[in-house]
Amino acid sequence: MTATIAADRAADTRRVSVARGYRFELVKLVSQWRIRLLVLACWVAPALFVAAVSQQSSLPVDTLFGRWMHATGWAGPLVTLGFSGTWALPLLTSVVAGDVFAAEDRLGTWRHLLVAVRSPRRIFAAKALSSLTVILLLVAGLACSSAAGGVVAVGNQPLVGLDGHLLTPGGAAGTTLLAWVCVLAPTLALAAIGLLGSVALGRSPMGLLLPALVALAMQLAQMLPLPVAVRLALPGYTFIAWNGLFTSPRQLGPLLIGIVVSLVWAVIATALAYLLFLRRDFTNLTYEGSGRRALTVGALPLVGLLAVTVGVVSVATPATGSGIEQEKLQRSVATAFAHLYRMQTEQLNRPDVTEEQLKATATCNKGGGKLTPEGPGNDWRCVVSWHLPDVEAAGSAIYQLDVTPDGRFVADGDGPKEVNGYFLVQTPTGDAPNPLWQFDGNVELLHTTKG
Amino acid sequence: MDAPLAIRARGITKSFGEVVALDGIDLDVAQGQIHGLVGPNGAGKTTLLGLLLGLAVADSGRLEILGAPLARALAAPDGVAGFVDGPGLYPSLTARQNLAALAALRGQDARTTGIDDVLAEVGLTDVADDRASGFSLGMRQRLGLAAALLTKPRLLVLDEPSNGLDPAGKKHVHRVLTRLAADGTSVVLSSHRMDDLEALCSEVTILATGRVVFSGPLSKLAAEDRELDYRLRTSDPQAARQLAADTAGIHLDDAGARDAEVLVVRALVSALDELVARLVNAGVAVRELAPVVSPLEAAFLALSEQQEEN
Repeated sequence: MTATIAADRAADTRRVSVARGYRFELVKLVSQWRIRLLVLACWVAPALFVAAVSQQSSLPVDTLFGRWMHATGWAGPLVTLGFSGTWALPLLTSVVAGDVFAAEDRLGTWRHLLVAVRSPRRIFAAKALSSLTVILLLVAGLACSSAAGGVVAVGNQPLVGLDGHLLTPGGAAGTTLLAWVCVLAPTLALAAIGLLGSVALGRSPMGLLLPALVALAMQLAQMLPLPVAVRLALPGYTFIAWNGLFTSPRQLGPLLIGIVVSLVWAVIATALAYLLFLRRDFTNLTYEGSGRRALTVGALPLVGLLAVTVGVVSVATPATGSGIEQEKLQRSVATAFAHLYRMQTEQLNRPDVTEEQLKATATCNKGGGKLTPEGPGNDWRCVVSWHLPDVEAAGSAIYQLDVTPDGRFVADGDGPKEVNGYFLVQTPTGDAPNPLWQFDGNVELLHTTKG
Repeated sequence: MDAPLAIRARGITKSFGEVVALDGIDLDVAQGQIHGLVGPNGAGKTTLLGLLLGLAVADSGRLEILGAPLARALAAPDGVAGFVDGPGLYPSLTARQNLAALAALRGQDARTTGIDDVLAEVGLTDVADDRASGFSLGMRQRLGLAAALLTKPRLLVLDEPSNGLDPAGKKHVHRVLTRLAADGTSVVLSSHRMDDLEALCSEVTILATGRVVFSGPLSKLAAEDRELDYRLRTSDPQAARQLAADTAGIHLDDAGARDAEVLVVRALVSALDELVARLVNAGVAVRELAPVVSPLEAAFLALSEQQEEN
């Protein structure tokens, strides 16, 4: 009789729910000092950085929107976003997602966890969700902190967009928030790569470094003169493509492609990590990563995914070559010039003039007209022409352009100095350099948006 | 009627690639029994303990845990707890937080689940709020035991639970395991500390290269037909030496004796009985008579030597 009761009771095998596993994993994550420090740093450091830099006389003009940090508090979170896409987010995902499975290897706690939870599937789900939660908390900290620092230190002022048009403070806030939301997609892709590295490489430090290394490789690739299709097929392209939100009209084509590619990478890399995790033999004490299987199940499918993505983007989009073409560059420079000319007019207390009245056009060549006018380079030269009401002669100004392979350019005024030379103008936030002296812009690499 | 079995294993085999870790293992562990697993490194102890915890499934054979057949991994019934290869603890959490997190994972209320009680039982009350990162190996072992106790197990599986324990810690662990067995919990533990096993276990299973070479009560080991070395201290060492030399089946081992007052003799139990009778008849008082190495250790050493020879 006793034996029968024992057998009946024994059949009861309770598995731990994902919700409880999730809480358990969160407790473990936030109990680590390095995670606490990261959270603190992400919620405090950007505010201090933005506030401090905004008060400096020299601004980080090499970073997109850095030249506007004196003018509006909304430039700060965008500078932080640019920096985060390059450095902070890959490192944060490395530390959190790249270690969430490897930590159990390091501590020797897999068997304990499996006996307690009794389901590798639920362990995977709990770990993935908890690391995602911490990463979202860190990203939210970077965004909120930098925005708060900028608005408190400089103020809630309009923001000059990437094509020179003015965004209202409300519009700037909304677009900044949207930009941060967009970069969650490549962040998720990096996090998924981190999970894959953490599962596949065990306690090897390579697992921890994988997202950072992948992000670095993607950045290097973006600096090369790659075809547009390859550029867009990289899961980190959204870290650049959010720039298109700050033009009018918005350059949504590359951004949406970038987001979709990032999300596909996130899903595929997570699925591969899941498959590797379920196949792992937890009875093997000497597990140091799944070695050859990591290559065949982890890396090769991602290489295949990249090839497929390049193929799909090539077929689905009309862009060829570098995507940087003379006509697009001329249109972009002329648009930005017109917007900024109008701003300069107002700052110099001259009669208002609209962009339509200016009818600005630009004529650009490369290498003094000796090179084919396409592709990146610092040898672009543009002559901008415009008209003023009741003035018969057209004005003209010269710019030297440095166009990077990702389509971003910096236009440097080369005369006449009364138009695009260096002098100070009065703005609501104090004296500032002539907006036509140097300005940022970008060339949309696809043919999806007409300016 | 026999006592219900907590573990019933028949013909269990388990291989890792070409390495056969377990080769046709049979094992019975009764409810309320403390059962020891002994064997040289690589004998298959940890693999067997892993199967009992449900971490893996056997390639063939039948394994029943608490009356339920174990057909797939991680399907060990509730009531099975323990650890292999050391307790799983999170160093960034305190001892209490480790237990509370585990209780919450199982859906237990940390306030009512008896965390303080199990900490007291393993003697860790004073360090309950210290991070596990600062714990010694012995303290970690005790905390691992506390974590297992939290689940109120009916089968406790422990791999080398005595590692790193100081005498006080050892006392705590022994007391806990004895109490559990008295309450009907079955305990299976592996150890290289023969004194622990002899103090705790009613039965042992000796494994060698994945096979069972002995399984049964410790007393049966002593009765096995094997000569052992014994230390013999008497009131008259000279007379005792003479009597030992004259007794059939007794071999004097002068090299083994470091104390002139002590004889070391090698003998079967029957020959030893004869010697004791002769000493008593000759009026020589026997002050100490004990195996130099315990029967369990002797069996273990014999196995190890045999393995080296093979």
